[in-house]
Amino acid sequence: MADDLHLRGMPPTDGPRQDAPGARQGIRIRLEVAFADFRLDVDLDLPGRGVTALFGHSGSGKTTLLRCVAGLEPAARGVLTVNGECWQDSARGLFVPPHRRQLGYVFQEASLFPHLSVRRNLEFGLRRIPAAARKVSLAQATALLGIDHLLERMPDRLSGGERQRVGMARALLTSPRILLMDEPLAALDARRKQEILPYLERLHDELDIPVLYVSHAAEEVVRLADHVVMLGEGRVMAAGELRATMARLDLPTAFTEDAGVVVEGRVAEHDDHYHLTRLDFPGGAVWVSRQVAELGRMLRFRVHARDVSLADHQVEGTSIVNLLPVVIDEIVGADTAAHVLVKMDAGGTPLVARITRRSSEQLVLRPGRRMWAQIKSVALLG
Amino acid sequence: MSSLSSADWSAVWLTLKLATVSTVILLLVGTPIAWWLARTRSKWKGVVGAVVALPLVLPPTVIGFYLLLAMGPNGPVGQLTEALGIGLLPFSFAGLVVGSVIYSLPFVVQPVHNAFEAIGRRPLEVAATLRAGPWDSFFNVALPLARPGFVTATILGFAHTVGEFGVVLMIGGNIPDKTRVVSVAIYDHVEALEYAEAHWLAGGMLAFSFLVLLALYGRRYRTGGGLG
Repeated sequence: MADDLHLRGMPPTDGPRQDAPGARQGIRIRLEVAFADFRLDVDLDLPGRGVTALFGHSGSGKTTLLRCVAGLEPAARGVLTVNGECWQDSARGLFVPPHRRQLGYVFQEASLFPHLSVRRNLEFGLRRIPAAARKVSLAQATALLGIDHLLERMPDRLSGGERQRVGMARALLTSPRILLMDEPLAALDARRKQEILPYLERLHDELDIPVLYVSHAAEEVVRLADHVVMLGEGRVMAAGELRATMARLDLPTAFTEDAGVVVEGRVAEHDDHYHLTRLDFPGGAVWVSRQVAELGRMLRFRVHARDVSLADHQVEGTSIVNLLPVVIDEIVGADTAAHVLVKMDAGGTPLVARITRRSSEQLVLRPGRRMWAQIKSVALLG
Repeated sequence: MSSLSSADWSAVWLTLKLATVSTVILLLVGTPIAWWLARTRSKWKGVVGAVVALPLVLPPTVIGFYLLLAMGPNGPVGQLTEALGIGLLPFSFAGLVVGSVIYSLPFVVQPVHNAFEAIGRRPLEVAATLRAGPWDSFFNVALPLARPGFVTATILGFAHTVGEFGVVLMIGGNIPDKTRVVSVAIYDHVEALEYAEAHWLAGGMLAFSFLVLLALYGRRYRTGGGLG
């Protein structure tokens, strides 16, 4: 199945290229829209593939931004280009209406049409695109999302998680050039979330189109996203590659409370005696509890800043398993006056530690100094 | 066994024909008005809504009086229809249809308007992201979701037209086979002290109205379309 499902937003980059200016991979969003009590003003260049999380608290404008990309906010002004295709350029009076934009949209509540069966819901978009443009078949979409057995049901006979999976399949069946997802897990309880997350990861692995994923849940973002845009009060606070952005220290307190980094490690060794698994990453390795994963597989894990401490020599006689040599990059204030955040480089992988200001001064921490990071625990994602 | 004369049967037939034709026209005219009222942000929304609702509060004789003037030889509508070669509408079946449509308009527009509002914007946004253009969304999403509103509107529009009297009397008169509907026929029988004949028609109307309302209130319907 992995090889069958292939959505291509653009011809391969080594193929013939359009000469028109702006005909390039990537998503260019330069939009502003003002409401009575809220204003969104963003200027973003996002990668043309992979999952980009739009991350922020409620009211930060992330859903509004997604709606602007879909063309559902006609009051928005500016420029929007998706992988070479211009959907909006207000200066030229160009506004492509939503139904002419090749996008898939997954709403927070699945929003299935209640008067149509699951099959007819799925076919709604499929039948409205030309046969030649169909890159995903009904069978592929239903297999990918595990909904084959639900086709003849009416939406009111589905669980919340099933509805959301039907909503995702319905969006995919329009063979979109970009997939927009508005907190697809927010309306679900913890168990349903766990039910959906594997499907989302599959989408991530098998789709060749960019995905914009709105979420206020850090755990979802670090598990699914490659890139992240942090939004606050209608503005972009930070944007970039996931690991680098999560390790940035210059973000407002709201984000540093939960500071930490995301690392992707390769399963390198299983130790069956102690029930441990070694994950290698650029610049080091960590031991985690035994994972059921074949050697060579990539696993993501999160290292919370509060779980990292620092020592000026390689400590002997400690219960902490994971010790890494690091170089201090930067020290900034944290969410409380008693703490600082220390950003370090572990041979190419960024790490962040949250320690007391007193410890920082006693250890005479400064940029460029070599130290040992002790990692108390890591959280495996997925 | 029937105690209805052929003239009375003719009145019944004319009434049903008038109600059917009027209801079809009401749905065709009322649906776009209801859609516009449900979707617009125009400042004219309140004005249009009030005009549509006027027949709810005006005495039918007032509506009939102004229709008579407008459609008469000196009225703007009358001059238009004469110029078009249609002739004058008062005291004709076509005139009754025009009067009925105006008289019953709020009974059709309001249920449909409420049904469209209950659907909200979301299903239409979903349809747009699934490549459905505005007309496509209207016919394949909005109309099916508003179905309960249309059923109510059809029943109310039909029944209200069957029950009209004042407007008919003002603009239709009492011409057998052309404008004499059941309500007018009952009035004639009572005037002539033909109570038995009046009973047959009046009793029939009572039974009909009860059955219509029973169908309306007995039906368990949802008022619109929350999405699944």
